[in-house]
Amino acid sequence: MGQIEWAMWANEQALASGLILIAGGIVATAGQFTQWYLGTYSIAAGVLVCLLEYPRGRRAKGSTMERCGQKYMTRAVKALGPLTRNYYIRAFLHLGLSVPAGFLLATILGTACLAIASGIYLLAAVRGEQWTPIEPKPKERPQVGGTIKQPPSNPPPRPPAEARKKPGEEEPVVGVPTGGPQENPMPVTDEVV
Amino acid sequence: MGNWVVTHWFSVLFLAAWLGLNVFLFVHAFLLFEKADKYYYTRQILGSALAWARASARCLNFNSMLILLPVCRNLLSFLRGTCSFCRRTLRKQLDHNLTFHKLVAYMICFHTAIHIIAHLFNFERYSRSRQATDGCLASILSNLSHQEKEGGSWLNPIQSPNMTVEYVTFTSIAGLTGVIITIALVLMVTSAMEFIRRSYFEVFWYTHHIFIIYFIGLGIHGIGGMVRGQTEESIDESHPHECAEFFEKWGDPDSHCKRPQFEGLPAESWKWILTPSILYIFERILRFYRSRQKVVITKVVMYPSKVLELQMNKRGFSMEVGQYIFVNCPSISYLEWHPFTLTSAPEEDFFSIHIRAAGDWTENLIRAFEQQHSPVPRIEVDGPFGTVSEDVFQYEVAMLVGAGIGVTPFASILKSIWYKFRNADHSLKTQKNFDKATDILTGLKQKTSFGRPMWDNEFSTIATNHPKSVVGVFLCGPQTLAKSLRKCCQRYSSLNPRKVQFYFNKESF
Repeated sequence: MGQIEWAMWANEQALASGLILIAGGIVATAGQFTQWYLGTYSIAAGVLVCLLEYPRGRRAKGSTMERCGQKYMTRAVKALGPLTRNYYIRAFLHLGLSVPAGFLLATILGTACLAIASGIYLLAAVRGEQWTPIEPKPKERPQVGGTIKQPPSNPPPRPPAEARKKPGEEEPVVGVPTGGPQENPMPVTDEVV
Repeated sequence: MGNWVVTHWFSVLFLAAWLGLNVFLFVHAFLLFEKADKYYYTRQILGSALAWARASARCLNFNSMLILLPVCRNLLSFLRGTCSFCRRTLRKQLDHNLTFHKLVAYMICFHTAIHIIAHLFNFERYSRSRQATDGCLASILSNLSHQEKEGGSWLNPIQSPNMTVEYVTFTSIAGLTGVIITIALVLMVTSAMEFIRRSYFEVFWYTHHIFIIYFIGLGIHGIGGMVRGQTEESIDESHPHECAEFFEKWGDPDSHCKRPQFEGLPAESWKWILTPSILYIFERILRFYRSRQKVVITKVVMYPSKVLELQMNKRGFSMEVGQYIFVNCPSISYLEWHPFTLTSAPEEDFFSIHIRAAGDWTENLIRAFEQQHSPVPRIEVDGPFGTVSEDVFQYEVAMLVGAGIGVTPFASILKSIWYKFRNADHSLKTQKNFDKATDILTGLKQKTSFGRPMWDNEFSTIATNHPKSVVGVFLCGPQTLAKSLRKCCQRYSSLNPRKVQFYFNKESF
């Protein structure tokens, strides 16, 4: 489990918890349940959590899929600097936000889920993870045909460093990595049925 | 459009049947609890929320029953095997098992939401009517005693006005199991989000096993009998339609209406989930048994760019093109099984997989084999699974597009074509190649091109060379590529149905 970035899962869990808090809060407020003011609180807390968690952070390794339309929120979240970058702060924030909602049955599920998200964020923080924004890259116009270059002049095997310069390295289909070009077990002619 | 209907009619029918059953079960349960006399008094306190909760519960039971079935892959393979006389399109639906599993999961989430919201209202209404002092029917019903000497015939689970709904939730079996299994459901769903599943497979795999908690909790959820209706005898004696209005006189000995007696609904979830649970347990035992069978690794090849090829043998293993296996390496992880497409052809005397380093498990595996210990790490194999990619052979002309490690299923197909050609399989026709020179890379007559293909060129060339053929385009690669290929297929298919037609097959290998 060494490469897992727990913050990514914590983010999904927190986003789900935010939605659950909002839903529970709406039910309690609309139904005018006992202590329904906790429901109103829950809606507010849920909205805050959702806004904070919607922009997905950049993964340390590999590329990250952005959520639809997240770049506006990314700017806002990034502006808060260390408050949002540091996962310890997020973990305690979520834990704190979840407590009042725990006193109302309608929102208790949101509390439990947010508390779990807080725990996962704590784990992420302990492992030194940080929230980094996904910056938009300048759009490259894909050149049609631009990647087609001259074929390599020497046959395989070609060492990896060189192969990176030449696109379209071919993996031999039958597992013989050494030797010259593909050795066919029988001669191939073009007179066929 | 016509082509889509022909290939997908079974999916559409199946999904329509599933949705139809959901709607039917929901409406049937809803009407029962909304109209039946048995629940007349219960409805006096709870209103329609009772029916909403019970109807969604019925759908939850139905979908929880279904959700285990698509992941019994050995059972599905067995069905596919016995169904070999069935049309290919029918068998292909079995490959969409995971899609169906996800759909059922979403339906479970949807009904869970309805169920919980309805029960929140139920609890609130029970609480209010317990605290009500206005002597209305609801409060009289709520005060029906929990005392054993009066037959224990209570209606309202909230026993005293001081009891909070939170207390009742966490001290009743139904409430406690409900909270636990919902948390389990949320955890399963968040760890199964595509982004998490693809990037951190282990988180998904291990967390998803809390479905065990979900099923056990679901089974015992209804044991407490908190949903109560009037007993048969009580209805015969004092029918609600006659006696409800005289509720003030229920305590009078000379009144012809006695106090109504109630009983709890017995738990029924276990009846729905028992059979699939047994099937699934059997499936896991079968997987374990199959995995114990010895796998002999005959050849290990390390390629540049961290790709490992394993050639193996296993007694009784037989495969077809396009199938995949699950692989486990106990020295790396006892519990993890990862799927890999078979890259060998059925005609070869071994089966092989190509593994690219793409995460913890694959990197550890490649490292373990790189170190060239003797003996090599033990491998366990389950499979093969998946429908044969016969479709490729059904088209006059097939265009196979594989991206990255997505070339693996096509490797198997191409090798199989080669063997068929070698064994002079007359069903296979190959075209004369006009260029006599062999390609330096592959030694084949077909020249290897470099760089990203210009799809427009490729499609128009094929359309020109095969003006009257049906061309099947097969993809194993990213979604963006699927979009551009689909567009090209539409653009280059002739309007005249007897001229060239491109059919895009979005296979999930």
